[in-house]
Formats: sequence, structure tokens, C-alpha cells
Amino acid sequence: MTLTAEPAPPRTEPATGAPGKVRLREQLTGWLFVAPFGLVFLALLVAPLVYALYLSLFRKALIGGTSFVFLDNYTKVFTDPSFLGGAWFVIRFSLVLIPLQMLISLAIALILDSVTSRFARFSRLMIFLPYAIPVVIGALMWGFLYSKNFGPLHDVFGAAAPDLLSSNMIFYGLLNIVVWQWAGYYMIIIYAALQGIDPTLYEAARIDGAGGWQIALRIKIPLITPALLLILVFALIGTLQFFNEPQILRDLAAGSIGPDFTPNMYAYQQAFGLANFNYGSAISFALGGVVFVCVYIFLFATRKRGSFLS
Amino acid sequence: MSLQVQGAERRRRSQSSLPLQVLLGFLLVYFLVPFWWVIVNSSKNAAGLFGGGSSLWFAEDVDFIGNLRDLFTYDGGIYTRWLLNSALYAFVGGAGATVLAVLAGYGFAKYRFAGRRFSFAVLLGAVMVPATALVIPTFVLFSRLGLTNTIWAVILPSLLNPFGVYLMHVYARDAVSDELLDAARVDGAGEVRSFLQIALPLMRPVIVTVLLLSVVATWNNYFLPLAMLSDNDLYPVTVGIGQWQGVASANNAGGTSLWSLIVMGSLVSIVPLIIAFLSLQRHWRGGLSIGSLK
Repeated sequence: MTLTAEPAPPRTEPATGAPGKVRLREQLTGWLFVAPFGLVFLALLVAPLVYALYLSLFRKALIGGTSFVFLDNYTKVFTDPSFLGGAWFVIRFSLVLIPLQMLISLAIALILDSVTSRFARFSRLMIFLPYAIPVVIGALMWGFLYSKNFGPLHDVFGAAAPDLLSSNMIFYGLLNIVVWQWAGYYMIIIYAALQGIDPTLYEAARIDGAGGWQIALRIKIPLITPALLLILVFALIGTLQFFNEPQILRDLAAGSIGPDFTPNMYAYQQAFGLANFNYGSAISFALGGVVFVCVYIFLFATRKRGSFLS
Repeated sequence: MSLQVQGAERRRRSQSSLPLQVLLGFLLVYFLVPFWWVIVNSSKNAAGLFGGGSSLWFAEDVDFIGNLRDLFTYDGGIYTRWLLNSALYAFVGGAGATVLAVLAGYGFAKYRFAGRRFSFAVLLGAVMVPATALVIPTFVLFSRLGLTNTIWAVILPSLLNPFGVYLMHVYARDAVSDELLDAARVDGAGEVRSFLQIALPLMRPVIVTVLLLSVVATWNNYFLPLAMLSDNDLYPVTVGIGQWQGVASANNAGGTSLWSLIVMGSLVSIVPLIIAFLSLQRHWRGGLSIGSLK
């Protein structure tokens, strides 16, 4: 297939024809195109959030039934050691995970960008493969590998094998799973951005005496900053909402992962284990709010560097 | 892309790349080890799994077929049911999300209308709202409406894909030229016809990408169906295997026979996705970069 979609010269404003009738028709058509998604958006994003916000302002007691408590649930959330402990864990986890993951995916993308063999093309596909695997299955596969009963670590290291499911190693066990699952996806995004760079720039740099490292550091990385920022935001959102991997490993790693290991797990336990929907909603909301604010501040701070929202 | 120039340039560079290729080889081993483990161990019975042999190599008796038969006959063939459920949720949810996204993305990119800027800003805000944050709010709303524990509880929330709309918007803005649409209008084509016959073919790469990403996201979803469904028969394969794993871990003695089903079930559940990704790679490879190549 040749490039069917030859990009048109960038135009920010569609043609605005004669005012009056034509404008009105354009307005209407535009709304009609957007309307179906708009309805889904209102029904499945706005409505649940509003309802959950409403619920989070009430409290159900055994005696006295449901009563309006305004922000009491939120005061409770932000002083609840379980929530704070979980939040502290996901923040620590993000601080280690995100730089590590970006470094790995960037390194792989840079290697794949400079090596063009059939083997490199094959590797690119295989490194991406974990992204297609359900998180549940990915976590389970690594859980098997970590396991004392049927994992290879025991075969290789014998009694000195690190138990990545024990409570002081589970941090690294989870870290490895998440890196494995997502590095390929991020690598593909970075790789695509690298491929979009005009190769004559490298020629010019080489004439000026730049080596491979200098080209990577001074040309490639600065030019793909928007892609890196996009990845950072996605990784941040995903990690603060950490749920699937620890939830699945809970059964395998008996005792290392409590029900309040991450804020999302805590909200799940409150809502489904204890049927405390008011408090569960409040936790969900508090977490969503924290993530939203963090990401917006981050995007605002990096706005000048060509964020994807610019 | 100027392929000839790159080709010459690359041939010269790839001569000195042996160390990098070796490094790549090590990385490949790391990324493929779990797959290898699952393939090898899906051929073992419970005794082989727990019986001290090497966990990264086949046991004496390789019994793929027997394990497959066990998997599909266990508990009245519940696993087949789960696979079909996953397929239903993924395709209806993914296709629906894609249709909504292509319409909205095109609308945002090609029409001016009152409230457009504001709606688009709200959309971008929604890209930042993680799907997991919506699970509990959606659950409480759906339980009020009596929708929990039905297929709609999984399909409806999967229709919401703000990032898909964003990708469609970015792509349609650049790839569908206004001149072409204007020319069609002058020739008397209506808005719907120019959308169907001009814009849609031009947007094919991004449509395939969003479709693939939505299908995979729905197929892989765990938190949402876990929260919404309580009926075994409605589970998708992710929740089903998660449940088996819970049972197997809980009673170590009676659960050992389940482990070989879990391993085989994991393998079978990832095969459709791997096939989809490998066969459609031509399409998604370009598409994945859309959001970041501005």
C-alpha cells in the first residue's frame, strides 16, 4: 500500500463559507456527527461521576439509615491510613517505574532505529507482543515464573532464589511485570516518532563530526519529546490507578499484598467486599481527582515543550 | 519518506551493529520467557507441573491434546462459554466505540459549530480520566438501573473511548483535505455521502488502529467485568481464569489439577490476540504513532 493519506498542508480552520444558511447547516451537521459520542459521554462518563459524587456525600449507618454527611467521607479518606498507605505505595512505585520504563523503551527504540536487519524487525514485533496479552494473564505468567512450586528461579538459584512474591520483594516483582507488559507499547510509539525524523539531519550532523551517541542525545531525543511526554502521562495515569496486577498476584503471594495495597484495591474492597458504596465512591473520586489534578499540572508545566495537548 | 536515501544510509550503518544485535537478543529472551514457560507447561499434567522437573523444558510425556480436551470439557465446557463472551464483548464494544469515535473525530475536525471548542476541551480532559476510575461509579449507577450482571454492563462502558476520538480528530484534520470535501460539495454530494465516500477511505489506517486498540482493551479488561458480573456464565475469559486461579490457590491440595487448566487456558486466551496483532501489524504500526507525531 502506498501512502493513501498524504497529509494535506496544515490548516487549522476549515473553510468558513458564506454566513447564514450555510453556516447553520454546517453547525447542525457538525453537531450530528458529534452527538452519538456525546450521548455516550454524558451517559457513561458524566452521569456515573455525578451519581458517585452524590453518593459520596452520604453515609450509611446500621442505626439511623443513610444520612447526608457532606464532605465527611473525604475527610475520612484523606486521613485513612489504608488510603494513604496505598497512595504512598503507588507514588513510590511510579517514581521508580516511570523513569525505568521510559529508559528501557527509549533504549530499545534507539537500537531498533539504528539497526535494520530482519532480526531487528522480528525483535520489534516480539518485544511489542506482551502489550497484546491481558494484564491478568501477564501477571499470572510472571506469578508462575516467580513461584517456588513451579518456577524456574528455584531451578537456577536453588535455595538462594529470590522470592519475588515475598512482602519485601513484591515491589520488584510487580515492577518487572509492568515493565515487561508496557515497554513494548511505549517502544513502538517512540520508534514511530524516531522514524518520522528527517534522516538528512543525521547526515548533516555527521558532516559536522557528530558520532552515534551525540546524534541520539542531541538530535533524536529532543525531536521526540512530544512522544516521550505522551508516554509519561499515560504511564502516570495507569500507575496511579494500579489494580489488576496486584489483585491477581494476591492469591499467589499469600500475605504480601493486603486488600488495601493500592487505593483502587481499597475502593474495590470497600465497595464489593463490604458493600460500602458511599465510602467506595468517595475513595474512587478522591483518587480520580488526585490523578486528574496531577496530570493537568504536569501538562501545564510542560506545555512549552510540545505536549500532545498543545 | 525518502526510502532510497535511508536505504543507502542504513546499509552503511548496520555493518557496525553486531554488539547491538547481541543486546537485542538478550532483550528478546527476557520478553519471550513467559510465553515459553506457558507453552512448555501447558503440555504437562499436574504431576509434571509440581514434580520437580525443569520448569523451562518439556516433561517426559507431552500431552497438549489431553490438556486441551480437559480445558474445553471442564465444568460443562465453561471455558468455551467464557471465550465466546470475551469475543462478544470485545467485538460489539470495540466496533461500537470505533464507530462513535470516527463520527465524532470527523465532526470535530471538519465542522465549525457552536460549543465545539468547549466540547473538545472537555474531551481532552476525559482522555485523562482513567477507565479504572470509572468502574465503581459506573457500577453504582448501573446497579441502580438494574443493569449489573448483564452483558450490557460490560459492553456499554466499553463504548466510551475519548482517546479514540482524539486520534480520529488528529488524523482526519490532516489526512482529509478540505479542498476535496469542498469539491464534492460543489459536485452536489451531501455531507453524509462525502463522509462515507471520501473521508472514510482516507481515514482507514486510523480506523483500523482504533478498532484494534478498542477490541484489545475490551478483551483484556478485568476490573470492569470483575466488578459488574456475578454470574459465572457471563464472565469473559480474563475473569474466568482469575477465578480459577483464586480457587486453585485457596485449596492447595484439591486445586492442583486446576493449575494445568489455568496454564492451558492462559495460552488459549492469548492466541486470538497474537494472531490479530501479527496479521494487522501493517495497519497499526503507522496508526500508533498518530497521537505523538504532531
